[in-house]
Amino acid sequence: MAAISRDDVAHLAKLARIDMSNAELDHLAQEMSVILDAVARVQEVAGSDVPPTSHPIPVNNVVREDVVLPSLSQEDSLSGAPAQAEGRFKVPQILGEE
Amino acid sequence: MALNYDQAVAKYDPTLGLEVHVELNTNSKMFCGCSTEFGAEPNTQTCPVCLGLPGALPVVNGKAIESSILIGLALNCSIAPFSRFARKNYFYPDMPKNFQTSQYDEPICVNGYLDVEIETEDGPKQFRVEIERVHMEEDTGKSLHVGGATGRIHGAEYSLLDYNRAGIPLVEIVTKIVGGTGKYAPEVARAYVTELRDILRSLGVSDVKMEQGSMRCDVNLSLAPIGSGSLGTRSETKNVNSLRSVERAVIGEVIRQANRLEAGERIVQETRHFLEESGQTRPGRSKEQAEDYRYFPEPDLVPVVPDSAWIEELRATLPEKPSNRRKRLQIEWSVPDKEMSSLVNAGLLDVVEETIKLGAEPTRARSWWLGEISRLANEREVDPTSLITPGQVAVVISLIESGELTDKLARQVVEGVVAGEGTPADVITKRGLKVVSDDGALMTAIEAAIAAQPDTALRVRGGNIPAAGALIGAVMKATGGQADAAKVRELLLKHLGQGE
Ligand SMILES: [Zn+2]
Repeated sequence: MAAISRDDVAHLAKLARIDMSNAELDHLAQEMSVILDAVARVQEVAGSDVPPTSHPIPVNNVVREDVVLPSLSQEDSLSGAPAQAEGRFKVPQILGEE
Repeated sequence: MALNYDQAVAKYDPTLGLEVHVELNTNSKMFCGCSTEFGAEPNTQTCPVCLGLPGALPVVNGKAIESSILIGLALNCSIAPFSRFARKNYFYPDMPKNFQTSQYDEPICVNGYLDVEIETEDGPKQFRVEIERVHMEEDTGKSLHVGGATGRIHGAEYSLLDYNRAGIPLVEIVTKIVGGTGKYAPEVARAYVTELRDILRSLGVSDVKMEQGSMRCDVNLSLAPIGSGSLGTRSETKNVNSLRSVERAVIGEVIRQANRLEAGERIVQETRHFLEESGQTRPGRSKEQAEDYRYFPEPDLVPVVPDSAWIEELRATLPEKPSNRRKRLQIEWSVPDKEMSSLVNAGLLDVVEETIKLGAEPTRARSWWLGEISRLANEREVDPTSLITPGQVAVVISLIESGELTDKLARQVVEGVVAGEGTPADVITKRGLKVVSDDGALMTAIEAAIAAQPDTALRVRGGNIPAAGALIGAVMKATGGQADAAKVRELLLKHLGQGE
């Protein structure tokens, strides 16, 4: 049983800036435990000779030449932004951090 | 009574750690083809990849990997046979992706060292600064905080983001704990950053301009009572953006921490900001709530597996070590130790070498850069190398050597170049600065001087050579200082029958 506590979920929610009610935290703690259990079964199958995988295809060293390609225009860059000013993305004030 | 620095290090032993971020000078960004050119209009060097738009896929810049390996090799590191990128997750709008692509537990280079030399009371001493890791990541965007009194974040009403810098290749170089420096911690820190800067410059991988932010240093410092054998709690000072500031930040933190400890207070593990004006630090964000970046391997990028043949190829291209170069140049130019360190500390080695390569005599090249040009730069609070080019200095020196300029006139030429009056030739023409070497013109002035001081002239004729000084002075004055004093002396003595 891969236990994920209610506190773990609350911590993750805080890191992800997601506001959750007590009921949601209770519910998710249970649900996530089930998911983790399912994923943990993969580990039972993988022997010590199977390295952890970060990429589905075994390929290395894919690089690009150091060549400048056209960028978006300022207008296009900002086109999806909810707010903008002076050619920049406008975001709410950031509190408690430097 | 507050402890000063000497008192602080008499009781406490400082331990250092240095983290240096270097922007690479590639043409394009780390994971996309956007330009890295400085100074463009905001958000004109951005694309779906560096803006983190859904579905965009990054591909790493091969040149950036090459530069990172070169840095590792120059710092005596092992190059990892297998290295991966990781996502560092955090909520802060300086990265539009909500994560920074970095490296975590599999950096490209590990376990190196850099030897630095400092001046101590017992002469020069070498310290080995061990390197923990060199890893690749990407720079963040630039924030502008609007509203609020100070322009700092607290009290800001909103922030404006320019992502042109987001995604520019960045290399972070992290030292292991540097202990055993005792009271020389500030000098060791500065010497390390200086040597690192010189190495990076010699590799040609970065502009390494601290003042412009292409090289930035964080200073970690802790104190422990001397002989305790333990390590204290460290602070991390950010925003240290010049070599002098590195030294000052260490001094400032040693004094601050020692006084806290003396007062029985504890040191808080926190990020502090260096204040350029006072040399002190102010608290930033506290690290008591441990950061939780939830690093995980970047699924959109494949591992970097440099083969050994390539690494050896790169190793073969490493340039001469700056410390060796300094030793070699010192011998070639026969420079005394003290003057050599002045040249190095003033960052004048490159321009002096360049000036000498252009034909100037080494002693003259050194003394012009260290003397007159540095003096003019100090007055203006700028870098000497921004005032005049090595080529212009070489021209001025060659004119002195050919007798067309006296030292005094040459100073006026340099002053004119610095004042923006053009090339040395332009200044000479515009200001009419030419040594009066025409014998006829000099003789007229000499005869006038003799006529004005007949008694003095008589004494010289009688063999009193030192008396000639007064006449030479009169001639120099009459020619507005534009005559070559040696030439005047020669003509005058000959005229009065005392020529050799
Ligand atoms: Zn881009």
